[in-house]
Amino acid sequence: MKEQKKGPAWINGWTSAKTGFVPIINTNLTFQDKLGSFRVRWGIDRMRYKVDPGLYAAGKPDTDSPVLVTANYKLSFDTLRKNLHHINAWVLVLDTKGVNVWCAAGKGTFGTEEVVRQIRAVNLFFVVRHRTIILPQLAAPGVAAHEVTHMTGFKVVYGPVRAADLPLFLENGLKADRAMRTVSFSLSERLAVTPIEFVNAWKIALAAFLFVFLSSYPLGDMFSWSTFFRFLPYAGAIFIGCFFVPALLPWIPGRSLAFKGWLVCIVAVIIYCLFNGNKEMENIVYLLILPAISSFLALNYTGATPYTSLSGVKKEMKFAMPFIGFATVSGIVLHIIGLWRSI
Amino acid sequence: MINAMRYLKNVVTLELDESKCKGCGRCEEVCPRAVLRLNNGKASIIDRDACIECGACSRNCPFEAMTVSAGVGCAYAVIRGTLKGTAPDCSCSDKYDCC
Repeated sequence: MKEQKKGPAWINGWTSAKTGFVPIINTNLTFQDKLGSFRVRWGIDRMRYKVDPGLYAAGKPDTDSPVLVTANYKLSFDTLRKNLHHINAWVLVLDTKGVNVWCAAGKGTFGTEEVVRQIRAVNLFFVVRHRTIILPQLAAPGVAAHEVTHMTGFKVVYGPVRAADLPLFLENGLKADRAMRTVSFSLSERLAVTPIEFVNAWKIALAAFLFVFLSSYPLGDMFSWSTFFRFLPYAGAIFIGCFFVPALLPWIPGRSLAFKGWLVCIVAVIIYCLFNGNKEMENIVYLLILPAISSFLALNYTGATPYTSLSGVKKEMKFAMPFIGFATVSGIVLHIIGLWRSI
Repeated sequence: MINAMRYLKNVVTLELDESKCKGCGRCEEVCPRAVLRLNNGKASIIDRDACIECGACSRNCPFEAMTVSAGVGCAYAVIRGTLKGTAPDCSCSDKYDCC
C-alpha cells in the first residue's frame, strides 16, 4: 500500500484519453515484480497483492484500440501486461478483491455487475468508439456476456484462456482456436502451485511432529536425534502428497486424487519397510498413517487443479475421508499399544 | 493434448435442453474443457466426463438451455463448508489464505 501512494513502479507515464489522463503500464516485469510473484506463490501476503482497479493503457492506444479486462490480483495483472509488448490496448482492471480471474469468477466478484460497474466508472463509452470488450475466457463462469451487452451496449468477446495467446488472438481478428480455449495443466503449471500446498500442510507437519515427540517420552529420548529421524517418514509422506503427486499426476494410476496420493505413498512405505529393520508393529503403524497423510494432501490438491468438479470431489470425499480417518486413528491406537508393550 | 487429464466418471450435473438451444455457440466458446460443440446448429455434449462444473456455459447461455450445479472442485472448500455448516466455502476474506 505504501508503494501505491508514491505511484507503483510499473507505471511508465501517462497518456490522454477523452476522459482524462490514463497511466501507461510497463510491459516488462522487473525483479521486484518477479520477487512479488515468488512471495505470493509461498502464500506471503497473498490477499493483499493487489493493483488499483480502473483504466490503464498499454502502448499508445486510441479510440479504436481493443479493451482488455482483467482482475486486480497483481499476479494476474502482471501475467497480462508482460504479454502486451508492442500492443496498443486499453486495460480495464476490475475490483476482484485481489483474487485471480478464475477464482473471482467462481465467487462472482469477477461478475456481470462488476464489469458493468467499471465500464461506467471509467466512462468507457467515451474512451473508445467501438463497442467491444475482451474478457479472459476464464471469467465466463462469473459473467453473463448477454447481460453485459444488454446493460451497457458493449459486446463481450471471450479471449484466450492464457494471456500468452493474446497477441495471436488480436492478430487473428479476435479468433481463438480450441487449444487457446482449453485449460492446460502442464508440469510447470502443476509445480507452480505446489509451494502453497507445503505452506498449507504446516498443521499436519506440526501434529506429526508432536506425535513423534510425545511418543518419544516413554522411550526416554525426547531430545535426541532419534526423535528427528522418527519424524522423517512423516515429512516424507507430506513431501509425497504436496510434491510428488502433483508432479507425477498424469502418470499415477486411478482418477481419484485421494487414491493417487494413497497409492504413491503406500508403495514408498512398503519399500521403506522392507529395508528399515523396524519392529512389525512400527511398520504397520507407518503403513496405516503415512499413506493416509499423503492421501489427504492429494485430496486437498483438487482445489489447485483445473480438471476436478465439485460433484466429483464430494463423491471421492465420501469414501476417502472415513478411510483416511479410520487409518489414522487405528494407526495412532496401534502405536500407543506398541509403546505400552515396549516399556 | 486437449483434456489429457480426467476426473471421476459419470458424476457431473451438466444438462442440456436441446429444445431451448438456438445454436448461438456461446457455450462452445466459453467451455474451458472442450465439452460442448455445435453440431448442425445445436449444441451437444461431446465430452461429458471432462466437465468441471465451472458454470461458464449455463451463465452465458441467453436461452437457459444449459444447466449445471456449478461450484469449485476443491476438497478444502468442502471441508470448510462442512465445518461451518454451509455450502462449500471458498470465500476469501483476509482471514483465509486460499485461492
